[in-house]
Amino acid sequence: MARRVSPAASAVPVPVVVAVPAARRPGGLGRLLEREHILAGVLLTPALVILTLFIAYPFVLGIWLAISDKVVGRPGAFVGLENFRVNLNDTIFLRAFQNTFVYTFIATFFKLALGMVAALLLNHHFRFKRIVRASMLLPWIVPTVLSTLAWQWMFDATFSVFNWMLLNAGLISSRILWLGDGTMAMGCLIAVNVWRGMPFFAITLLAGLQTVNPDLHEAAEIDGANAWQRFWRVTLPLIKPIMLVVVLFSMIATFADFQLIYVLTRGGPYSSTHVFGTYAYEIAMRAAKLGQGASISLSLFPFLLAVIVFQLWYIRRSD
Amino acid sequence: MAVRYGSPLKRAFTFHIPLALMVGATLFPFYWMVVTSIRPDVELYNVKMNPFFTLHPTFKHFEDLFELTYFLRWAWNTLFIAIVSTAISLFCGLLAGYALARLQFRWAPPLGTMIFITYLVPPTLLFIPLGDVVKAFGIGDTPWAVILTYPTFLIPFCTWLLMGYFKTIPREIEECARIDGASRIQAMVRISFPLAVPGILSAGIFAFTLSWNEFLYALVFLSSPQQKTIPIGVFTELVRGDVFYWGPLMAGALLGSIPVALVYSFFVEHYVTALTGAVKG
Repeated sequence: MARRVSPAASAVPVPVVVAVPAARRPGGLGRLLEREHILAGVLLTPALVILTLFIAYPFVLGIWLAISDKVVGRPGAFVGLENFRVNLNDTIFLRAFQNTFVYTFIATFFKLALGMVAALLLNHHFRFKRIVRASMLLPWIVPTVLSTLAWQWMFDATFSVFNWMLLNAGLISSRILWLGDGTMAMGCLIAVNVWRGMPFFAITLLAGLQTVNPDLHEAAEIDGANAWQRFWRVTLPLIKPIMLVVVLFSMIATFADFQLIYVLTRGGPYSSTHVFGTYAYEIAMRAAKLGQGASISLSLFPFLLAVIVFQLWYIRRSD
Repeated sequence: MAVRYGSPLKRAFTFHIPLALMVGATLFPFYWMVVTSIRPDVELYNVKMNPFFTLHPTFKHFEDLFELTYFLRWAWNTLFIAIVSTAISLFCGLLAGYALARLQFRWAPPLGTMIFITYLVPPTLLFIPLGDVVKAFGIGDTPWAVILTYPTFLIPFCTWLLMGYFKTIPREIEECARIDGASRIQAMVRISFPLAVPGILSAGIFAFTLSWNEFLYALVFLSSPQQKTIPIGVFTELVRGDVFYWGPLMAGALLGSIPVALVYSFFVEHYVTALTGAVKG
């Protein structure tokens, strides 16, 4: 039996006496930090100092460079929009412009589609699920440069393993030059980008799928919906928010991609696969035209800004 | 989510085969790295031979990698840079994340938005002017050139992730401590920070892999062979003009991938938390 407690005793609240030792009362500086806005200022200072020095200041400097004729080794002079005028008359720049969009949209589409398939597959219960999921993320976590080098070797003009397989299967009679022309090379770049980025979609979409209440599926099934309808009408609307955020993140990263393209094709053959990032590098670092290069990388900005604004608007709305 | 199982045949076509194809495609390039790194040159450069395996495995490429390049030095550089820049970013991100999630002050919402925007600014946009900044500080071609610039993408990420994490820790726990006489700072350091350890670990693992893998800043800011990181070293020192030393290249790619894959495999769950938290916020 429980100990008997008199009704009167339990009804009366016990006065809580908190003894605060005088010695632990904060002193001058401590008292200042008791005030939340001052403490916040102190806590934010390290982050803001680094971000101001290495993001905000370079950003402003980048705008200045883009409207100057600075080259390595001598100070630049103001030239207005001359660099942008040069860009618009530069066929390689225009090609890079087009490539950036083609690369971003096609790759993002396939990453989303395949990532969704992978997420749906991983949402089953099966043996070795954890190890399968862990290994699926490998392309995403190993250094992109290193895995892209492996792809470059697989696309080698003479020793491509794909050619070896196709030749031996009798499907082709002469070697395919995977990176030999602009269109083909762009296809390869997109394929490698999809290979590398798909896991990110798969894992984040899987996290979204796991929040979908199974009862909804059962209810839809009882109402006669088939698997496709259940996916399209039940699952998809529920994971749409996370899907949109993943797509936007991925689009920004793909749009500003540098390393994958620089390693696999270096913008070649004949400058046909440049994107903003690689062409800016080419002009600024190899041709030493810093101003011109800065104007190319700044051309990324309007698109980035549009995506960021959309994303902020979306977050506000869903809050 | 419950999934109904159909007949075994149907399940093979709708589940096992697609899954096997996907895992195969995912892992194939890694298999290729391994095979290439242990096949002797006479086999690598012979189109007649089956390239999928070798009967004469060799460690020659690994020996070449260590003898002809500064690979060990690069590995040390990469590790040092990744650890220090992760530590700096975690420190800044932890404090900033706490302030933005917990403290009441007028500037919290705009600063939160600002951090989110910097999170989305890609290195491609900044590398040219950052080169000037790095030079102006006199740290070009030293590890500090990248240790101080990696936080530009790591701090926003850590702040964002930890901000989300602090929001999940009930305020009341800190308030209890305050009532018991803890100062504002004591409540933060002794109560909230220990509770945020899983979040800190997630952010740390993710930041570590990001800095281990970084390419553009390291390529632009580090130029002498002894200063390079693994991704830059393998890419620039084993490709001479049009000549690719595929054996040592793949050996280097393999050895450069293993440490980060190991770290990841020990902390898969933390990594996944960071990855999904990074987009959800």
